[in-house]
Amino acid sequence: MISAVSRRRALRGLAGIAGAVGLAELVSRTGLVDQTLIPPISVVLQRAGGLFTDPEFTDGVVATLEGWATGLLLAVAAGVLLGLLLGEVRWLGTAARPIVEFCRTLSPVSLIPLAIVLFPVTFQMKVFLTCFAAVWPILINTLYALRDVDPVAKETLRSFGFGPLAVLWRVSLPAAAPFITTGIRIAASVGLIVIVSSELLAGDGTGIGGYIMTTQSSGGHTDLMLAAALWTGILGMLVNSGLVQLERRAFRWHDRKAAA
Amino acid sequence: MTRRLFARSWLVVLVIAAWELVTRAAQESYFPPPSKILPALRQLWFDGPPSHLFLNDTAVDDFSASLGHLFAGWLLACAVGVIVGVAIGRSAPVREMVEPVLEFMRAVPTPTLVPFFIVLFHLSATMQIMTIAFGIVWPVILNTADGVRGVDPLQIDTARVFGIGPVGRLFTVILPSAMPKIFAGLRVSLGFALILMVIAELVGSTEGLGAQLINAEHSFELPTLWAVIVVLGLLGFLFNGALLLIERHFLAWHTGARRSES
Repeated sequence: MISAVSRRRALRGLAGIAGAVGLAELVSRTGLVDQTLIPPISVVLQRAGGLFTDPEFTDGVVATLEGWATGLLLAVAAGVLLGLLLGEVRWLGTAARPIVEFCRTLSPVSLIPLAIVLFPVTFQMKVFLTCFAAVWPILINTLYALRDVDPVAKETLRSFGFGPLAVLWRVSLPAAAPFITTGIRIAASVGLIVIVSSELLAGDGTGIGGYIMTTQSSGGHTDLMLAAALWTGILGMLVNSGLVQLERRAFRWHDRKAAA
Repeated sequence: MTRRLFARSWLVVLVIAAWELVTRAAQESYFPPPSKILPALRQLWFDGPPSHLFLNDTAVDDFSASLGHLFAGWLLACAVGVIVGVAIGRSAPVREMVEPVLEFMRAVPTPTLVPFFIVLFHLSATMQIMTIAFGIVWPVILNTADGVRGVDPLQIDTARVFGIGPVGRLFTVILPSAMPKIFAGLRVSLGFALILMVIAELVGSTEGLGAQLINAEHSFELPTLWAVIVVLGLLGFLFNGALLLIERHFLAWHTGARRSES
């Protein structure tokens, strides 16, 4: 029953993708738009296939992934630790709230020019920006999650003589983990946007963003630019669905508890 | 009241004071103290006559360009997104067909498309507006569709029994009950629009807040650079707060209705 429903869903999804691709092809082929500006999607897909074996592009992907992963890992460590501190120490949390809110709404791309001036090494610049962009969703989710931890469970452990650190480690952190993971997933997609943006402006041609900028300045091949954007989207989707899978597997107990 | 205000603001004051003291002591040109950033801000935008709210000509040009593009792109994306979202949210087969495509479009980081938009529209207001609108239309569509899908079928049937036509049902039942989800989408997308506005101006523009950032970077005017960042941060803070207020004002009945149900 369930498999029939999900199969129908998958079939409809495939039909939708086929329809969208067909429509895009038609719009370009029939001359509705200028083909040299908006190439037919079949050409873009062909270019995307070609990029897979183009070392200039694959090196860029590796560089982007390295910066992204490093920035994200640092943000997870900083975000969870800060979240625990501000969530458990109430007076500090209240006082830090306006600062956190300000930093969270500060768009990280506005820091790109400053970061370029501050960090002569592009890799450090990218890691800093990714980390800054990624830390806030993780921190905020940690804070919210800690607020919802069952007080009875905490009191129970406390009355059995466990210290505050043990309560944190055995009750608060496990209970908050699923929501923190959701924060990490949001942070990952924001991080990808920011790292690619910083590469567009770094001016040294590294990373996916650097590749796109080089392509633009060397003749403006829109088919290659779109193919690179396509790969970035696929990359983002892969990481996102990977983290969703991880959430489902690691926190199966959480879903069951929430359903009960 | 004053105690609460103190509990919320002492750290802010402390951080700014520490920033001032440390940066003054360090004399590092990369990190100017706030007492240097504020005059730079004044010189850049706010040394105009009081009758113009102290805004000078540069400020009028920069803010009207940036905010004009921002709101044009946002409104365009909101209009298209809500209409398309309602259309696909009402029908399960249609939704299942288009959802994978929409999810993919959302996953493509819009900044990767800025160079493409520059080739397409050159360095123009159209390029800025299209970048913003294209980047945020997907979350608006998906949130609206999600909200419309969650409408209680009993309410729709009730309206039908009372002889309310499809258009009437849309405006009296479906849209109001999908409003909280739609609003959440609009608020998130406004924050995202600000990011896209800045990146579009950084990569390709000679006017606006982003262009001022690039100018300050190239001429190595660190206090000005910091000043623009502070203004951009305040803008984001303000937009988010304003939409939260509007949301609370317009959706007060909704929270009330939900509470009385449970």
